[in-house]
Amino acid sequence: MPQADGGSESVTTVRRGERGTSNRAHYRAALLGVAGIALAASAWELYKAFGPQAGVTVGQTIVLPRANDGVMPHIWQMFTEFGKPVTAGTGSQTIGGAVLAATWFTLRLAGTGWIVGVIIGFALAMLMTRSRVAEAAALPWVVVSQTVPLIAIAPLLAGWGQYLHVGSWQWGLPQSVMVISAYLAFYPMSIGALKGLTSPDVYQLELMHVYGIGWWRTFLRLRLPAAVPYLLPALRLAATMAVVGAVVGETSVDLQGGVGYLIISFQQTAGLSDAARAWPPIIGAMVDGLIAAGVVALIGVLLRRYRRGENA
Amino acid sequence: MTAVALSGVERIFRTGKGRQVVALEAIDLTVGEGEFVSLIGPSGCGKSTLLRQIADLDSPTSGTVSVFGKTARQARLDHDYGIAFQQAGLLPWRTVAANISLPLQLHGVEKATAAARVEQLLEMVGLSDFAKSFPDQLSGGMQQRVAIARALAEQPKLLLMDEPFGALDEITRERMQSELVRICQESGAAVVFVTHSIPEAVFLSDRVVVMSPRPGRIVGIVSTTPVAGVERGEAYRDDESFFHGVQEVRHLLHSGHATDGPRGEGAR
Repeated sequence: MPQADGGSESVTTVRRGERGTSNRAHYRAALLGVAGIALAASAWELYKAFGPQAGVTVGQTIVLPRANDGVMPHIWQMFTEFGKPVTAGTGSQTIGGAVLAATWFTLRLAGTGWIVGVIIGFALAMLMTRSRVAEAAALPWVVVSQTVPLIAIAPLLAGWGQYLHVGSWQWGLPQSVMVISAYLAFYPMSIGALKGLTSPDVYQLELMHVYGIGWWRTFLRLRLPAAVPYLLPALRLAATMAVVGAVVGETSVDLQGGVGYLIISFQQTAGLSDAARAWPPIIGAMVDGLIAAGVVALIGVLLRRYRRGENA
Repeated sequence: MTAVALSGVERIFRTGKGRQVVALEAIDLTVGEGEFVSLIGPSGCGKSTLLRQIADLDSPTSGTVSVFGKTARQARLDHDYGIAFQQAGLLPWRTVAANISLPLQLHGVEKATAAARVEQLLEMVGLSDFAKSFPDQLSGGMQQRVAIARALAEQPKLLLMDEPFGALDEITRERMQSELVRICQESGAAVVFVTHSIPEAVFLSDRVVVMSPRPGRIVGIVSTTPVAGVERGEAYRDDESFFHGVQEVRHLLHSGHATDGPRGEGAR
């Protein structure tokens, strides 16, 4: 790379080297991820092989869990379960098919909840950035909102929803679940976006004042792009919270069709004879979480120009 | 026409509990067109506050500030001055070229015109090969040059600089000073330059304004134009007139009780 006139000032990062290094880093991260999963799986299987079959209890308290098949299925049993039918009768749907449909069902609820939560969270952050008074007034409520237990909100929402209809459209349980999902998602978004939108330093802000371009253009030209490194982790947190909100929401308002409902119903029917059966819907919920995180990672790749500061 | 005229400028900060800090008191100062004026003094003497009055980043409690015969606010809105701070304040997601063209873009200058101007500025600050680089790939000195180029983008007749070399090492700093002298001669802009380095002020300026704190005021103005036959270049640093200027500024700083004290103290 050519040198600027005058010697000692040099380019601190050599651009050519960057791509190779980051490729190697990605490869390494993927490898470590796989190793982590393998480690967790073998820890499970090792305990199952060598742990006490009847567990260890001191008085009434279980100190170590039982390692028998009724409590701890083999990892592969969790997966072979996908091929089995849901009910004993002929022509029954496979567990795999049921879980797949439920996973998609929950993903749609969580996705809608995520989008609504992100919009509300971002709008709140914008408002708090715009005015100190708004920040002082709203921020405590944002924080308090998350201390209200979901179990308390869910039945309330379902109850109110009964009275809500526009024409022939009637508020239903899915809408209540979406709201619960959005309720959990908006929090990390508003906090992260607030931090990001207020991240430009005083020199950058004064420069915009000198240019005389007003609040909105300063927002678009400076605050928004500067917030990207903060928005991405906020979006990722919001996405996983939206999935958790959807799964928990389904179980607390008794909405059928999603993985939350399947987790409860499979656990009840599994009993001690078929412990592995409880796992496919749990894996379905995990897949939803991974898809949500993956979508945000993709957004992060598209916005990488705005993330230069992260590695500097 | 004068570039900057301040008369009877006073700035009082209220710090609550009825306490007041007099940051500036009875400031009268004019800066001619194309003139290089430095403001020097210890921390808390109000030199940055004074610059901020000219830039319309702050307003005086009393007194008048006029820039090219207009109010400071009007001059700012008319893009009559360029400004550079101690921190370069570049936008990390924009290339060097895009950072320099930022004011041109924001003020609706046509793309082709802006591109031509940016190319010219890159050459002026010696960064033509780095147009497509990003700020995090540049050293501190190079980032500061980008900031100076950005300040000059709209060909202002006035350049306001608040310790622009304050964060640089001594060697880089001296080279940047020589560059600035050349750039100012090329652009013909007047400069108001805040610093707390005596040699820097003397080397760069036509006049050095010495300030003292509590309350912030002007204790004297030293004319520091090199004697006839001496260029404002590296040789000037070893010249007798340079030493003489340094000495005079230093004496004024000391006679003005310009000792470093608690920042901005000066309650009435």
